[in-house]
Amino acid sequence: MAVADKNKGIALKRKGKVKEFWRRYKKNKSAMVGLVLLLFILFCAIFANVIADEEAVTRHNPEVRRQGPSAEHWFGTDIYGRDIYSRVIFGSRISLTIGVLSAALSLFLGGILGAVSAYFGGWLDDIIMRIMDMLMSIPATLLALTLVAALGSSTTNLVIALALSNLPSFARLTRSSMLTVVDSDYVEAAKAYGARNGHIIFKEVLPNAMGPIIVQTTQSVSNMILTASSLSFLGVGVQAPAPEWGAMLAEAREFMRQFPYMIISPGIFIIITALSFNLVGDGFRDALDPRLKD
Amino acid sequence: MSEYNFDRPDNDGYVLEIKDLEVIYETDLETVHAVNSVSLSVRPGKTFGLVGETGAGKTTMALSVLRLLPDRTGKVTNGEILFNGQNLLELSDEVMRKEINGERISMIFQDPMTSLNPIMNIGDQIYEALKYHNPENKTKEELEKRVEDTLELVGISKNRKNEYPHQFSGGMKQRVIIAIALACEPELLIADEPTTALDVTIQAQVLAMMSELNEKLGTATVLITHDLGVVANMCDDAAVMYAGEIVEIGTVEDLFESEDHHPYTVGLFGSIPNLDEETDRLQPIEGLMPDPTALPYGCHFQERCPKCFDRCIKEHPQLLKISDTHFIRCHLFSDKALEVNHD
Repeated sequence: MAVADKNKGIALKRKGKVKEFWRRYKKNKSAMVGLVLLLFILFCAIFANVIADEEAVTRHNPEVRRQGPSAEHWFGTDIYGRDIYSRVIFGSRISLTIGVLSAALSLFLGGILGAVSAYFGGWLDDIIMRIMDMLMSIPATLLALTLVAALGSSTTNLVIALALSNLPSFARLTRSSMLTVVDSDYVEAAKAYGARNGHIIFKEVLPNAMGPIIVQTTQSVSNMILTASSLSFLGVGVQAPAPEWGAMLAEAREFMRQFPYMIISPGIFIIITALSFNLVGDGFRDALDPRLKD
Repeated sequence: MSEYNFDRPDNDGYVLEIKDLEVIYETDLETVHAVNSVSLSVRPGKTFGLVGETGAGKTTMALSVLRLLPDRTGKVTNGEILFNGQNLLELSDEVMRKEINGERISMIFQDPMTSLNPIMNIGDQIYEALKYHNPENKTKEELEKRVEDTLELVGISKNRKNEYPHQFSGGMKQRVIIAIALACEPELLIADEPTTALDVTIQAQVLAMMSELNEKLGTATVLITHDLGVVANMCDDAAVMYAGEIVEIGTVEDLFESEDHHPYTVGLFGSIPNLDEETDRLQPIEGLMPDPTALPYGCHFQERCPKCFDRCIKEHPQLLKISDTHFIRCHLFSDKALEVNHD
């Protein structure tokens, strides 16, 4: 009887940590707003084929083109008569995929480079950091244009180009975060009570170095989505007729003054998505840091 | 299981014996001679005080026992560190971490503010120390119970088990650190100035608690301090370190009551302000410790010693035996010496 209770006690403790995290996250108003927005965008992406018509994304209806919002076309129609609402909803899939994939790739590669740099130091550190410096000095847009010119326009190349452009910031961040924590007194104390290197890296160094990395990751996603949009706007990256929000803005540019509704909906969705990731990232960071309690 | 047996043969002899230990810090530019041929012995269950100024080499010596010297620069160049007869320097890093650090020998550090992981609650931090050693293969519940017992032992309510370090005051943090150190009931505790960062009243509390624990658990302690009052209060034996060497070593009675002392020790005692007298100025020992990258030939204390004479500059003094337990490294006692301890 007593053992079962004790087991429950330990299980409760672990569940308690998640509950605790959620409780603290909930208290943060802007974080909650961000979460709601993010869930909304996720919903649009996941249930796109339920709430919108996939066919309508590419179906040209010349007889209804350039029409403002109406009962049939909630966001209006574009220059080819396509339903803007469906395009915007399906566009969320593209933006989220690109944003998350490129941020993840950047985090993964940058994180490894940064960790290796921090751990080994010496000439390896120097070489890696100088390469990062070089990469950092090339503007993302230019980098993407160059890559696409060399390798061809495709979503994959776009993701790679975006990941590369943000690689240096992840590498530098991981490196400096790790260097700071590795010298801490509590790491020395952990060695003193016999903790092995694996434990030290994963339970003492990484969790303490996480905070800035989490914020960087979510900001990265939002950054990438914005950059992807600008690249599509320039004609590089996601190719027509894919309903990428930036591309939609490009198409609508000429008609901005006469038919402003064409840029309003994709524009608002870009803003919502980028903003939501930023707010959620901040909220995560605040909720994870026990020092910011109450 | 392990191929090593760290138990003391016949339950006799010393818990820790350091013999002729030499430690350097080597960088591209220079070599720092931090510890120069130090020998000391700690009796089981007793407290050994290590006194000295900042820079004397006390912390370096302590770190070398648990192999915590900075990887790239710290090197042990000579000597033996015997724990219950087994030379720790011969063991691999893995064996040290697995079987010695935290389990047989524990260390607590000077600054409690930064010695705890800020994002783990204190119960978990104590649990980690237990989890890594668990020689009797206890279950999770038993380990949790042990965490609570250890907290009670250091005077912290077990209801605070899930709280984070920032929720505790300095003195309580140090108690948590002591709890982590003693969780596996080690035979030897190395305490590097454990109360220096705390105010005097808390210092008294923490030291009283350490005394109690020493009695209860029979843990031998190496207590590093610069405070002679603490030595008087807590220690059975003590040594005075200067510029990487032991200049005087003996029981606490030898150190406080004997008539013979190394001039440095005299200076240390002289610099303690006297409660009964009124004075305008404190009596420091003039000068600074010599540059550890360029130690003087002869006695290391020559430049600051009021009793320095010819021989001190030409010849490095050995440890001279004043009594069975009391040794002094000074030429002034060469006539009185019963025997010369060559090192």
